[in-house]
Amino acid sequence: MSEAIKTDVLIVGAGPCGLFAVFELGLLDIKVHLVDILDKVGGQCAELYPEKPIYDIPGIPMITGQGLTESLMEQIKPFNPQFHLNEMVESVEKIGDPGFRVTTDGGKVFECTVLVVAAGGGSFQPKRPPVPGVEAYEGKSVHYAVRKMEDFRGKDILIVGGGDSALDWTLNLNPICKSMTLVHRRDEFRGAPHSVEQMRQLVASGKLDLKIGQITELQGADGQLEGATIKLNDNSIAQIKCDAMLPFFGLTMKLGPVANWGLQLENNLIPVDTGTFETNVPGIFAIGDINTYPGKLKLILSGFHEGALMAQKAVKYVYPEKRVVFQYTTSSTNLQKKLGVN
Amino acid sequence: MAKINFVDHTGETRTVEVEEGATVMEAAIRNAVPGIEAECGGACACATCHVYVDEAWREKTGSPTPMEEDMLDFGFDVRPNSRLSCQIKVTEELDGLVVTVPERQA
Repeated sequence: MSEAIKTDVLIVGAGPCGLFAVFELGLLDIKVHLVDILDKVGGQCAELYPEKPIYDIPGIPMITGQGLTESLMEQIKPFNPQFHLNEMVESVEKIGDPGFRVTTDGGKVFECTVLVVAAGGGSFQPKRPPVPGVEAYEGKSVHYAVRKMEDFRGKDILIVGGGDSALDWTLNLNPICKSMTLVHRRDEFRGAPHSVEQMRQLVASGKLDLKIGQITELQGADGQLEGATIKLNDNSIAQIKCDAMLPFFGLTMKLGPVANWGLQLENNLIPVDTGTFETNVPGIFAIGDINTYPGKLKLILSGFHEGALMAQKAVKYVYPEKRVVFQYTTSSTNLQKKLGVN
Repeated sequence: MAKINFVDHTGETRTVEVEEGATVMEAAIRNAVPGIEAECGGACACATCHVYVDEAWREKTGSPTPMEEDMLDFGFDVRPNSRLSCQIKVTEELDGLVVTVPERQA
């Protein structure tokens, strides 16, 4: 086990609510580490709608998901938050009063006084393709990501999807594979035009077999894929040979391991006290889309409010001896120093 | 108000009422119609409000925009009559619309 990273607060989820919580905690001198399963910050704003406009952030008539993420990152910069991306929190163990030991799937261990769950709709996980029995091959010959390209050398590869992930891996793995088939449900691709063009060239030179249709059946044994049946859009059936499949159907949100942390749940949401946004476990808070209470609205602005109130209770755990005087950033030179503006 | 009929994958129909101007997805969510998840809340960004439009209604509901087609790539068991219900605005003309909810969204 690696050495534990010690922090006042660990936030699970680096979406807008998790990011703004860093600000509210920072004003109270609380140090924060954040863990997120995605490879970038911003949560749904960055993953689902980076280019789409948001119209209901107070004081900002219009901003994109990506724009909001960037603004929040700038706003919390003075507090130097530490990010651990591509990591999913797996387990939470109580070690103090309060105090928690938190372990990720990547083997990182944190020891924190306060844990803040800002996990939105849960963890983003790859969508399973609509092919019966695909589960049996997962991990062995069906992969949702390429960790090591060498694993695919000399293989008969089947890639499914029409976006940048599918096209990028088609182009990158093509030189080292034995054969490659790309399956997409329509003859139009969402990926970058340049990638689409390169993919078409591979088809023209006979290095890539492009099939327009949907996979209806997989063949193989003991997790090892041997072939796939594809129903083409003209209703004819194609049979191909493959020993590795890479489906790219985007991401979906699943509650995931949060369900096992000893927190009370209601319809996959975490009930909280609306004065503090604390859960049934003292020292564990839940803010943003993942919590529930009477009147809850899943709005980013609600999550911001929840983060502010959470911080006022968290500070009592982190600095039990300190008397906290509520201050405004507009008038307090003390807060302005922390923000680096005075 | 317009009536919208949601048929689930077992063939059971739930009929709900919604005001014109709302989307078919909103009609489903407000009435807790099972099988419509709408993770992204109607931003045409997730493909978890996927429905099949009854053949008789396909002309009236129109075709998906290119953005919607792109999102449909992420749908489960996409067919020629597939639509994202957040992209179908309810009008007087759609009173009585019949859509089928797929067995699962993702």
